[in-house]
Parts: sequence; C-alpha cells; structure tokens
Amino acid sequence: MSAGAISPRFATPPNAALLEVRGVAKSFGAAKVLKNISLQIASGEFLTLLGESGSGKTTLLRLIAGFEQPTSGEIWMSNERLDTLPPYRRRVNTVFQNYALFPHLNVRENVAYGLRVKSTPKGEITGRVEEALRMVKMAQFVDVRPATLSGGQQQRIALARALINRPQLLLLDEPLSALDANLRKQMQSELKALQREIGIAFLFVTHDQDEAMALSDRIALLRNGALEQIASPREIYARPATAYTAEFIGQTNLLRGEINNGVARCGSLQWRTPEAPGAAVFSLRPEAIRIANASLQLPDAVRFRGIILQQVYSGASELLEIDCGSNQTLRARIPASGPLSGEHDFVFSASDAVPVFESPSAHWERATHHEPR
Amino acid sequence: MYSRLYKAVIAAPPLLWVCLFLLLPYALMFAHSFWLVRDGFLVHQWNLQNYRALFTNPLYFQVFLRTARIAASVTLCSVLLGYPLAYYLSFHAGPRKELLYQLVIVPLWVSYLVRGYAWKTILGSDGVLNGFLRYLHITHEPVSFFLYSPFAVVLMLTHIYTPFVFLPIYAALEHIPRPLVEASQDLGADRRATFLRVILPLSTPGLLAGATFAFVLSLGDFLAPLLVGGPSATMIANIVQSLFGAAYDWPLGAAISVCILLITVSLLFTTERLEKRWSFK
Amino acid sequence: MKSANSQQRSPFLTGYAVLVFGFIYLPIVVLIVYSFNRDGVGGFPPRHFTLGWYRLLFNDAAIWDSVINSLLVAAASVALSLTLGLLAALALDRATFPGKALFRRLVLLPLILPGIITGLSLLMFAVFAGMQLSLLTVFLGHGTALISVATTELFAGLQKLDRAQEEASLDLGATPWQTFWRVTLPNLKLSLIAAGLLIFTLSMDEIAVTFFLIGRDNTLPLEIWGRLRRGITPEINAISTLIFAVSVALIVIWYRLRARTIGTQAQEFLERP
Repeated sequence: MSAGAISPRFATPPNAALLEVRGVAKSFGAAKVLKNISLQIASGEFLTLLGESGSGKTTLLRLIAGFEQPTSGEIWMSNERLDTLPPYRRRVNTVFQNYALFPHLNVRENVAYGLRVKSTPKGEITGRVEEALRMVKMAQFVDVRPATLSGGQQQRIALARALINRPQLLLLDEPLSALDANLRKQMQSELKALQREIGIAFLFVTHDQDEAMALSDRIALLRNGALEQIASPREIYARPATAYTAEFIGQTNLLRGEINNGVARCGSLQWRTPEAPGAAVFSLRPEAIRIANASLQLPDAVRFRGIILQQVYSGASELLEIDCGSNQTLRARIPASGPLSGEHDFVFSASDAVPVFESPSAHWERATHHEPR
Repeated sequence: MYSRLYKAVIAAPPLLWVCLFLLLPYALMFAHSFWLVRDGFLVHQWNLQNYRALFTNPLYFQVFLRTARIAASVTLCSVLLGYPLAYYLSFHAGPRKELLYQLVIVPLWVSYLVRGYAWKTILGSDGVLNGFLRYLHITHEPVSFFLYSPFAVVLMLTHIYTPFVFLPIYAALEHIPRPLVEASQDLGADRRATFLRVILPLSTPGLLAGATFAFVLSLGDFLAPLLVGGPSATMIANIVQSLFGAAYDWPLGAAISVCILLITVSLLFTTERLEKRWSFK
Repeated sequence: MKSANSQQRSPFLTGYAVLVFGFIYLPIVVLIVYSFNRDGVGGFPPRHFTLGWYRLLFNDAAIWDSVINSLLVAAASVALSLTLGLLAALALDRATFPGKALFRRLVLLPLILPGIITGLSLLMFAVFAGMQLSLLTVFLGHGTALISVATTELFAGLQKLDRAQEEASLDLGATPWQTFWRVTLPNLKLSLIAAGLLIFTLSMDEIAVTFFLIGRDNTLPLEIWGRLRRGITPEINAISTLIFAVSVALIVIWYRLRARTIGTQAQEFLERP
C-alpha cells in the first residue's frame, strides 16, 4: 500500500442509472472547485453528497440543477444530454437551503408556480396543489404568506413546490441545516418516508454525517472537489476506503505502522495480516475495542495493555482514552460500566482493523484534527 | 438607557429650527395665498380670490396640464432608460458592477446647471447636434426645433433624472435574493417569465419611489424651461417665479405654490402607502 | 458561495445599457471637449485645441468672487446641517416624543419638494422677519434644506452602530456625555465626513432655492446663470468642466468613504460559506 493515489471504491447503483455525471470538473477562475467527478444516480435512489464546506458538494448540485456550467465533462439524464439545457428545461427541481419561497406570493401561488409557468389549466392546478400540500402535511396553510410561517413549515412548502412538478430527480441543498435539532430529526424521518412513498430519486447535500447515514441509500463523500468514496452507509462505515473517510464518518483510531512478513506492527500493537508489506494505515473503530476478560472470545484477538487516561460518559456508553505506551493513544467505546481507572487489558479483533489509504494531501491535514462528528 | 434630559437636549434644537424655518415659512406661504395685492401693495385681507382665479382662468389649467404632461414624459423616459440600466447592472454586469455603479452616480453630482447648459449648447441652431448633422450631410439647414421646445425640456430633465430613477430601482433589484431567481428558473420559468413574475413585482417599490421623485421634481422645475424651453414650454413653476418677480403678485404665486405643495404631498403620501403594500420581505 | 452568473448575456440588453450610458455622458463629454475648442461652442467637429478659455476664466474676477461666496455659504451650510442633522438623527433613532412622525416627515420634506417651494417659503419668512436678502439668507436656505441630507446619512450610520458599545461605555463608568464623545461620535466619523462632502457639493451646486434668496452677492451657480441669460460663451464651458472635475473628485472620495463604512459588513457577507 502506498501513500499515493487514492482508489476510492465505487459501489454501483442497484437499478438503472437515471443521472450520469461524466468526468465533470468546475473551476471558478483559478480555483478548481470540482476535479473530474464521475458518478451515477439510480432512479428511486436516495443519494447524499456529503462533505465539508468547500468540498464542492453544493457546486455539483448546482451543476445538475443548471445554475452553473461545467468547465469540462458532461451530465446526462435518461440518456439525454443535460448540461446543455437551461434550468427551466430540466426535469430536475431544487429545494433551496433557505427555501427561496417567493415573498410576494402566498402559499398556494408559490406551490402552483411551476404549473402556472407551463400554462397548466386552472382546474388541474387546484387539485395538484391540494395533493402536494397534503403530501407535506400543510393542507391548511393555503392562503397565507410565507413570511408568517416557521422555518419547518416553509421547508415543507418548498418541498411541495418542487415535487408538484413531478421531477425525475429532486435536489435538496442542505434543506434541514436551518432547523433546530429536534425538528431536524423529525423532518429527516418524514423526508425519508416521503421519498420511499413517491419513489423519486433524491440528491441530498449535507455536511452532517449522521444525517447522511440515516437517510441515504448511498453516500458520496466529497473532499476538495474529488470523490473520496461512494457506497452505502453500512459499507462506508465498516470499510472506509481512506483515512479521511474513516475519520469523517463516525469516530476511529488511525493506526499507522508497517507490515513485514505478514505481520502488521503499529506502535505496541501487532497482528497477522494478509496485506502487502510496506507502510500501512489501519482504521479501528472505538467500539471494536473491549476490555479483556476470560469469558470473551474474539477471533484473531489482539491484546494490549493500557492506562485509562480519561473516561467520558454518555448515557449508554463510555468513551475511554487509553495510553498504550510508546506514544500511542487509543479510544475505546464500551457499554456503560461505572467508573474505571488504572491499567487494564484490552482486546480487539484483527479483522476490525481495516486497512485504509492515506490520501496524498493527508499530511497537510493531519495537523488539523478532525473532530468526530 | 437614554435619560429624558438627553432626549430633550438632542430633540429640541432640530425641532425648533424646523418649526422656525420650515413650518413657519410654509404657514406664511399658506397665509399669503389668502391675501391680495392692490395697487402694487400687499394687503392682508383674507379672501379666496386667488384660488378662484386659479380654478376659473383657463390659462393656469392649460399650463398646469402642460407641466403635468412634461413631468409624465420625463418620468416615463427616465424609467425606460433607468430600469433596464439598473437591471443590466444588477443581473448581468458581474464583477464590473461596482465600477459601473459609480459611473452612473458621478453625473448625478455634476451641477444641474452645468448639465442643462450642456444641452443648450448641443441642441441650439449653432449647436453641436446641428453641426454634427450638417457634417454628415444629413441636413443642410440648422434644425431649430431641437431647442426652445417642450421636447428640449423633456430631454434635459430626462437626462437629469434618469440617475435619480436608477438609484432606488437598483437598490430594490439588489435586494432580491438571487436564490429566488434561481428557484423561478428551477421551476420552469424562462428569463422573461422570471422577470415578469418575480423580479418586476419585487422591484416595484423602488420603481415607485424613483418615478415619484422624478415626477414631483419635474413638476416643480422652473430652470429647465428658462434654459432650453422657450415660451412654448412655460411650466407652472415659471408662472410662480414671474409672480414673485416682474409680475409682482405674491399672493397668487403663493396660491399656486400651495397647490403644487398639496399635489406633491398627496402624491408622496399615496405612493408611500402603495410602496408599503407592495413591499415584501 | 460564489456563483458566477451564468445567464446568457442578452446582446440587446447590453447594447441598450451602453446607449443609456452614452446618453448620460454625452453632454458632459461635449462640454469638456468644447471647452478646449478655439471656435467656441457649437459646430462640428471641434478643431483647434486651445486653453484660451481657461485663461480668460482665470482672469475673470466676478467668477472668482462668486466662487468664494459659494465656498462661504457651503462651509457654513455643512456646519449647520451636520450639527442639526446629527441631533435630528439621534432624536429619530433614540427618542420618542409626540409628533415624532410629523417631525421626521418635515425634516425630510425639502429633499423631495421642488426647490422653488422651499425657496419661496423662506423668502416670505425673510420678508416677514425683516431680513435683507444676502448670503445670510442663502445660507439659511441651504442649511435648512440640507439638514434632510445630513439626517438621512447620519441616521443610516447610527443604525449600523453597535448599541452594545455604548452600553459597555456606560457600564464602565462613563457618563452619557462622555460616551457620546468617546464612543458614538468616533463611530460616526466616516458617516459625518461622507455627509459633509455631499452637503458641500449640493450647496455649491444649489440654484433653485438660492434663486429666491440671493441678494447682491452671487454664488457661483447664479453668476453662471446670469451670464447664460445674456448668451453663451465658451468660458462657461471651461468653468463647467472645472466644476465637473471637482465634483468627480469629491464624489470619488465620498464613495470610497462610504465603501469603507460598509466595508467590514460586506466582507463578512462575502465570506459566509
């Protein structure tokens, strides 16, 4: 394994591809915001673009919506070229981050906007508006101005306004980021249920990895304009392709060391591994580490001894910070078991140490400690 | 946080000044409109003669109509010039927006007189425009109707007030959140539909403010007719001015001024209400 | 999020915008060009570059007397308008008193009323008070009319003021008077200068109100006006060009100052993710 090129693993969509992004790159002047992105979205799929600010996720969304043009590459939808069409001719609709409801129109007029613009007959409009509002549970708010509604209510109207046009793909630009925590959780489950019910493909942008894990069929992790990994939430959590992915999604311990003669040595830890010799990085999730005791039998068990430096209690579990000697600190998540201290034996299964690639620019970023989200 | 003394100290001087030099003068003007001039002297005799004269003598009404027509033309032309310019700057100018904005502002602060004078030199029989046309052999005789006509007044005042109309429209357009424009396009409206359904409605308050400004100030303008208008373009304010000058009749002049004042204030009041009704957050 | 506006540029709109710009600048360009024209104003094309008109101008004593008169009136107007305008802005921002709405409208009225109304009403006041028409009456007219400009600018500046700063000052033991001098006023510095420049320029240009309040001593615009009534001389082009140059310089300064006051806010706005 070399600290060289990334080869993120791309899981292929289960159904036929609805949208294809082919080698798309986008620069604003000298700034390269997106570098050679290729991915596919299947019809009916809930795909999340996940990444930090500046990762290019919103730019990619806007390219698909039609508000920007790709510097190079193509976008295709249903076997037709998409990126050459203006936004008003794409079968794609967007739910904007701050909802962008028209302040001079009431709710009904906002929701009906897309239909009126296409000269849909009035009778049909009335029916479809009612249907759309019922779908987002806002049927009683027909004639009010958006300014009188709360954030969560505005968001539903924005959703109805987009969905009424029966797009093939719905784009959502961090729609829940302006909501408070409880409302956010509620909207997440409603959104997921809605998507299942309608069966339209959703392309969802967020920087919140919990949200991505909860909602998505697949997650596309973007970093500095490039695709780091694209896989289902379970896959991406259990088998992160890179150190960045391992740290961005969930918490992890990154074990850096060497493989020689089939044995991996990271600090004071060592275990047998079939991976190729050379420098190596492993991702070990904190919940994989347990306190050793006689009755615990783990396959390929790796034991080590360490001193508990810190213990952070969080209700159902505890996070232990363990000093393993030779400048190595690991974090373990164990079920809540009362206050602990001192030296203990710990154990984990070697198969839980997942080998990951170190991205080329990793040594710049190692200085900035990624807080587990 | 602010004591009553503090509030009294800061409010008193401007209040007093405004009462003395604004309210009182307006009151005086109002009072004058009910007085008379007899044998060249001002007589403080309360009567409605001036107003009666205004409403019965067709001359005043004709001049006022002409003034209103000129003011309306100026407003219309200024909007037709100023709105597209503001739209271009706001939506199409990109990074050069700031610079272009400054370029539009600069002529605003160039003296009214200077700009009026410039038009005089351009439009005259020996002026630049005639010279230009002769140079290109489009005409061989000087064209005289450019200058000293209502056309010249409208031209000059349009030139003066286009930047004034531009300013509030530009501000209103800039206030429109760009996501609204994108949302409109996202929902299927092309640029024309987006303009008519979203941008125009949301910029209406600015449009109203600018148009009112241009109309009201054109209505009361007396310098443009004197510079470039000639006798065929006498406006109501010219009559007032001469009544305070050679045709000495202050009460009558005051009466006309009161009318102008009342029309102006009621126009402002109306458009202010309309602006409030049509402005949305 | 920077977004390059990728709408296709309509060539018609661009062309139209260029035309409008041309219309706005045409008279000014003509003015400047012909001020250097030996054959005076009119005719086309201009030939024979000369500085003769400027030389004539510099020897014209009456013009320069009027310039000084204008400067005096402008300076005094700036002082008066800024002082009263500051107080009015503070009052509108912080105090509530009966008739506040009426007061606000009254203060702002000269801004929107035709100058003739303001000028005539003050003329009647001057006569009523037995005042001789002179630069003093002109000053009263300018000062009163331009309070509205000062109030508008300073009120906007006050709105951007962080109220917490004044509260902190009071909390640390300063009296309201000290707070005003040490905290409020320094924060308004840029607004004050910008407003002052604006008032100065407007006063130097003022003609409608001045028309009715002028006595024996002319201000510059009225001096030019008088000459215009008697006929066109290219000398007027020269002085107009000079006025234009000075106005442009002042306005560029004004704009730079204005941009600085909103600069930090604009910066924060642009940096949001």
